[in-house]
Amino acid sequence: MNSFSYFHDLIIPGGIIIAQIMAVLMPVLISVAFLVYAERKVLALIQLRRGPNVVGPFGILQSFADALKLLTKENIVPANSNKIVFLLAPIITMVLSLAGWAVIPFAPNWVIADINVGIMYLFAVSSLGVYGIIMAGWASNSQYPFLGALRSAAQMVSYEVSIGFVIITVLLCVGSLNLSKIVEAQETVWFAIPLLPMFVVFFISALAETNRLPFDLPEDESTLVAGFFTEYSSASFVLFFLGEYASMILMSSMTVILFMGGWLPPFDIFPLNAVPGVIWFVIKIIFILFLFIWVRGTFPRYRYDQLMRLGWKIFLPLSLLWVVLTAGFLIVFDMVPNSL
Amino acid sequence: MIKYIKSFTLFELLQGMFLTLKYMFKAKVTINYPHEKGPLSPRFRGEHALRRYPSGEERCIACKLCEAVCPAQAITIEAEPREDGSRRTTRYDIDMSKCIYCGLCQESCPVDAIVEGPNFEFATETREELMYTKEKLLENGDRWEQEIAQNIYLDRKYR
Repeated sequence: MNSFSYFHDLIIPGGIIIAQIMAVLMPVLISVAFLVYAERKVLALIQLRRGPNVVGPFGILQSFADALKLLTKENIVPANSNKIVFLLAPIITMVLSLAGWAVIPFAPNWVIADINVGIMYLFAVSSLGVYGIIMAGWASNSQYPFLGALRSAAQMVSYEVSIGFVIITVLLCVGSLNLSKIVEAQETVWFAIPLLPMFVVFFISALAETNRLPFDLPEDESTLVAGFFTEYSSASFVLFFLGEYASMILMSSMTVILFMGGWLPPFDIFPLNAVPGVIWFVIKIIFILFLFIWVRGTFPRYRYDQLMRLGWKIFLPLSLLWVVLTAGFLIVFDMVPNSL
Repeated sequence: MIKYIKSFTLFELLQGMFLTLKYMFKAKVTINYPHEKGPLSPRFRGEHALRRYPSGEERCIACKLCEAVCPAQAITIEAEPREDGSRRTTRYDIDMSKCIYCGLCQESCPVDAIVEGPNFEFATETREELMYTKEKLLENGDRWEQEIAQNIYLDRKYR
């Protein structure tokens, strides 16, 4: 029975995987469109404006109209740019921000790849996101994108370090790199409560990691025109835009998994635990995304040296200290997870 | 010490976020423009109009004060006696692309013939459409007479 059959060994499993990928990516891409709409609407509410309200009921189709407009425009490639890298950069940004979804558990066993190093994979993919930006900035062969790319490189690297320590703290309490295990370990209490300072550090670093305000120095409209995507238009601009918002959703789902108990209900009591896990997961993601937008509506942009100081002089020592404290606490009270 | 506690508990940042949250539930200040419109003062200086007397006779007596006072030199008037001997304009043009809407023409007018009405939605697709002729101005006067008369009435104390 060792014969290889194309149908049974290739087409059926391949088809299932493609169907799973579609089932995850389609909602993600559609939610990106609604996230853009929600962002404009929330910012408008904060600034006492109305926001988009013309296309469709309450303007909810605005993002689709914008996407359609952008896609019908001409894709301009600057004459002095490195054309291959220039066109590759938005594709890389987009692909990387979607690749992370492979390991996200939406509910018990609702995950495409339940790998044991899930958190490492997620961390690696989100770190690679900087390459799309650097390539875009370099290949554009223009001043503003170049400055944006330099800033982004330094910024993402510095905040990656503290994110790494925050993840280590969580992993110390869980004893596994598997994302489903991380969620299950929060059955008694969400890590956001015992590890509150780390939750805050992680959230702020996530803002810096996804280039969101108040840390959006790579695109910094007021000084760098549009930062690293100044030279981009049409479809490649759409890819950057989608990539940025998809990675925002990815980072918030990472926050939810690490600190807010993924698919778990807030309390394991009747009306709450009857709700399917995936709905809890989505509600929590929406809450974190609302925080992202809320922060954007509240704070002015950081100066670049302040950003660096915050990353290296405050977050790094703080998260390092908390790793040591957590480890010490776990050993002293003999609470080290069994699998460690 | 208190300063450090404040900065590590993000006290001021949370205060700011609470403020923006409060603003989210306040009433909006923008209006849904094409469907809703803001209030206009009776003195609002919008599109020009040439008015008529209730009898249908045009008010303008071709004194050319408006042409003389116009700082942008947007008004061109030509006049000659009509058959019945009264002095009337044969040509009354306003170049709306030159006009600065200062209102000096309506202020100088001795018979309230040229006025700036409450209409501000007269954007056109070509520049030529903004070269208003006497016919166009009289037509505006007929269309907006009610509003213009009301505004002049409301403003009577200050004239």
